[in-house]
Amino acid sequence: MTTLAPNPAPAPTTWTAVCPLDALVPERGAAALLETPGGAPVQVALFRLLDDEVRAVQQLDPYSGANVMSRGIVGTRGGEPTVAGPVYKQVFALRDGRCLEAGGKTPVDGHGAHLATFPVEVRDGVVHVGLG
Amino acid sequence: MVAQRFVEALRARDTAGAWHVSVFAEEPRKPYDRVGLTRYFEVRDADELTLGDPALWDDPLVTLHRDCKIESVDREARTVTDRLGRVHAYDELVLATGSSAAMPPIPGNDLPGVFVYRTIDDVAALRGWVEAKREAGRVETRRGVVEKPIRGAVIGGGLLGLEAAGALKALGAQATVIQFGTHLMDVQIDLGGGEALKRLINGKGISVRTGTATKEMRPHRRTGHVGRLDFADGGRLDVDVVVVATGVRPRDELARAAGLPVGERGGAVVDATCRTQDPHVWAIGEVACIDGRCIGLVAPGNTMAEVVVDRLLGGEATFPGADTATKLKLSGVDVASFGDAHGRTEDAVELVWADPLAGVYKKLVMSDDARTLLGGVFVGDATPYASLRPMLGAELPGDPAAFLLPEGGGAGAPALELPDDAAVCSCNNVSAGAIRGAVSEHGCTDVAAVKACTRAGTTCGACLPLVKKITTTELEKAGVEVSNALCEHFELSRAQLFDAVRVADLHTFSEIIERFGVVPDGAGSPGRGCDICKPTVASILASLGNGHILSGEQAALQDTNDHMLANMQKDGTYSVVPRMPGGEVTPEGLIVVGQVAKDFGLYTKITGGQRIDMFGARVEQLPQIWRRLVDAGFESGHAYGKSLRTVKSCVGSTWCRYGVQDSVGMAVELELRYRGLRSPHKLKLGVSGCARECAEARGKDVGVIATDKGWNVYVGGNGGQTPKHAQLLAEDLTSEELLRTIDRFLMLYIRTADRLQRTAPWVEEYEGGLDAIRAVIMEDSLGICADLDAAMARHVEAYEDEWKAVLEDPEKLARFGSFVNAPEVPDPDLAYVPERGQKRPATPDEVAAGIAEPALAGPVLVSGPTLEVRA
Ligand code: SRM
Ligand SMILES: Cc1cc2nc3c(=O)[nH]c(=O)nc-3n(C[C@H](O)[C@H](O)[C@H](O)COP(=O)(O)OP(=O)(O)OC[C@H]3O[C@@H](n4cnc5c(N)ncnc54)[C@H](O)[C@@H]3O)c2cc1C
Ligand code: SF4
Ligand code: FES
Repeated sequence: MTTLAPNPAPAPTTWTAVCPLDALVPERGAAALLETPGGAPVQVALFRLLDDEVRAVQQLDPYSGANVMSRGIVGTRGGEPTVAGPVYKQVFALRDGRCLEAGGKTPVDGHGAHLATFPVEVRDGVVHVGLG
Repeated sequence: MVAQRFVEALRARDTAGAWHVSVFAEEPRKPYDRVGLTRYFEVRDADELTLGDPALWDDPLVTLHRDCKIESVDREARTVTDRLGRVHAYDELVLATGSSAAMPPIPGNDLPGVFVYRTIDDVAALRGWVEAKREAGRVETRRGVVEKPIRGAVIGGGLLGLEAAGALKALGAQATVIQFGTHLMDVQIDLGGGEALKRLINGKGISVRTGTATKEMRPHRRTGHVGRLDFADGGRLDVDVVVVATGVRPRDELARAAGLPVGERGGAVVDATCRTQDPHVWAIGEVACIDGRCIGLVAPGNTMAEVVVDRLLGGEATFPGADTATKLKLSGVDVASFGDAHGRTEDAVELVWADPLAGVYKKLVMSDDARTLLGGVFVGDATPYASLRPMLGAELPGDPAAFLLPEGGGAGAPALELPDDAAVCSCNNVSAGAIRGAVSEHGCTDVAAVKACTRAGTTCGACLPLVKKITTTELEKAGVEVSNALCEHFELSRAQLFDAVRVADLHTFSEIIERFGVVPDGAGSPGRGCDICKPTVASILASLGNGHILSGEQAALQDTNDHMLANMQKDGTYSVVPRMPGGEVTPEGLIVVGQVAKDFGLYTKITGGQRIDMFGARVEQLPQIWRRLVDAGFESGHAYGKSLRTVKSCVGSTWCRYGVQDSVGMAVELELRYRGLRSPHKLKLGVSGCARECAEARGKDVGVIATDKGWNVYVGGNGGQTPKHAQLLAEDLTSEELLRTIDRFLMLYIRTADRLQRTAPWVEEYEGGLDAIRAVIMEDSLGICADLDAAMARHVEAYEDEWKAVLEDPEKLARFGSFVNAPEVPDPDLAYVPERGQKRPATPDEVAAGIAEPALAGPVLVSGPTLEVRA
């Protein structure tokens, strides 16, 4: 497993079609198992917001080391969409992956405090995630 | 009692460790709270009355000798001799020997069945007597067992006598109070108050005879036990038990024998520094005769303890005089008096408000210009007491009559701003200023912190409403918003939101946040909630019966565990806990559980809640596992929910030779009744088949203990970090009454508790405490019982197994895939190692070392069929 940095990646080299938008439940996450252009597996957490905006962050929860971010509660802080880590309840901004509330915890060894984000586009009702 | 305070204060202030203190106690236990003696009937555990932090007695500079009465003092040699003849030297000697109960010279006062009311042993003996009498009074008739009522009398109608009468009632005996004076509590309150009090006491089922002198106690012809009271006026009363509560005598025998002066009515004479004539001997508490009298209250005794500590450490403290305010602790009867209650000050004016029918009597004694408060008496409604008592000797703002009118009548009492030196907690000598200081200087932000910091409110609790008020006012002044807002999306507390949702009849989060949400700073709308308010709203909706928790929009509100109907583990897999009501399970059931665990390679263990937990189930396996369990008749155990968890049982009368009721049957009935009931926090119940309490029911939110007549119900027990034993709510209920009582208790809790507040802190913080809760659910004091009953009936009616419903609904089932683009593929990062014959998650090091196995799609056998044997 690699440590993922908090910032949105530059222009992606590849787009992967993941699922129909309708497969995502509004305000709840879903995990997707993808591959980098180099063939390494990547787990991504997808979130469909109420206005059908879709956001993708790393599935790995840096505070527990488990692949669970998609199972957190979606909400807002000051109007910003957020997801709360399901294990120790850190709050992350969905748009840039920044950890807004660490709740006095530190990430497990080898992981940064924030979530990596991935660009998402919905084309013809299909969710695409950019990798690379 | 005051010895404990002495040691505590000395250890707190003697930071240099200059003093070593030895405490010699005649009683075989640690100093305990005599004021709370009557609670012994409720808690039935002497340890619960222990005073202060037990760690005090582990302090190396403190030695407690229990069961070690001191027989004599040699002032010359500065030694004391204990009952075993051992001699102990001292530099300074503090007498804190208290009082003994007075026994008036009435013939027959030594008959078996005559008790006093002073120590835990007295109370335990009284209880044993009443229980033995009850046993002896049982007669088998053709229509079943009949019990003769036990007739009790209390001689003495003061504070203590009334408390003893309440105790007799609590033991199931009849009680008559015999008062020599003209009215009850004649030391503290006036005739008018006494009359109102009598009506209230009668209302509790206790008879009262005033102006009655007892001439003789006569033995029963057959048993030789006390059997009859003969009065001076020729009247008689048949009795089975008598409690004498006519006053106390200071235990000054050591002082007398040592040649120290004693007061006219006893007590070691001390000066304002609590020193006796001997500069190395001090006396504190009830044994001290200060200003010519002994004082039978804790608060002045504690003050004396502090004075002596100060003196020993070189200070200049003197005893400031005693506050003799009193408040009766008898449940449900409000009586309080303070200051010059009898209006004996020259030219004093009395203001009286009385409602004889309701048994309410309130009086203020004012200076001749009706401005300065000199004293007061409250019977039937003591609400003004807490805020008025500290105003003693001060001018009252506005019309004093405003303080006497019932709430809502008239313009209402003006707000009182107490001076800093006003005593708020007299038990612990805490002033209004000290409470303000706790907030402004020591950073306390709630009543619990203020209590811990100042000790205010930690003894009798009478001052708590005032402590709360001052704390809140001070916080508000400091600009700290005393907010019980849920989160940035809702300004309401959980209880307020519950009522709002219930009354407005709302069913979706969108409607609720639209209607009751707040717009946070810098945002255009209330937003979409968060991990605090969403599960709270989910729980409220579920408690109100809003259909399946994964139906429609509310699925998105659920906490992670609720959303998957399983508990997430550290590696992101889940545990599965089928319900086993009352801990009962058939062999066939056990085989099914075992087979499922084996087929899916799940780690298995028995939980602390008497059922089986299977760990390591992946999201995509949950429906398959549950299909098997549901087919075999199992249901969700709600181990994931803030809802009923388990009802623990003991084996009970069906098998156990001591059981008096079928505890397993009752536990099963309760578990089936409350299963699926969503609540502010998890709920656990327990049912024991007899007083041996093998189900540990008193550690539960609701504990039921069988009696020969039915069931006793205890509430507010809690394990966890701050364990609490449950307290007695009601006794000897029939099964039907038991269900109704628990229904109401749980519903009241669900409606009014805070988010994630267990029942123990809820009971503690409920306005008026357990007594108020009892009034609501046993006497319908708020008139809401019908409503609570209906709400529970709806719950019982609407219950369905959450897992069964999911298995029948493809849309809900679709949530249980591992990946949206590969729903059957296990998380490739899961890794396990074998341990003691089962699997467990691998550590990162084990993964790195390559010794871990990945999770497999199918069933796995993790290791051989033999168990590791460990030395
Ligand atoms: C499985 C079990 C331990 C076991 O293997 O025996 C367990 C496991 C957990 N307990 Fe417990 N508790 C278990 C019995 C208890 C008991 C004993 C009992 O019920 O008799 C207690 C003390 C009694 C009580 O609750 O008052 C107990 C007091 C707690 C507490 C402290 C609650 C409190 O009021 O302070 C927590 C923390 C919380 O809920 O906030 C907790 C929290 C947890 C959590 C939910 C921690 C977590 O968030 O992961 C664990 C979930 C494990 C899981 O996934 O299933 N567990 N836990 C027991 C499940 C019982 C069951 O059949 O449902
Ligand atoms: C049921 C009840 C309710 C009460 N309610 C209230 C109330 O609401 N408010 C209030 O202010 N007060 C109340 N009181 C009074 C209060 O309990 C006493 O004022 C307080 O306990 C006095 O403390 P003390 O330390 O002086 O005496 P005690 O608490 O009596 O302690 C003295 C101890 O010294 C021991 N002792 C005596 N002689 C020796 C010896 N020679 N050697 C070794 N040990 C010895 C005794 O066994 C006893 O344990 C109540 C009392 C009772 C019984
Ligand atoms: S005691 Fe702690 S570690 Fe053990 S099960 Fe309960 S919560 Fe988990
Ligand atoms: S007055 Fe008794 S605890 Fe405060």
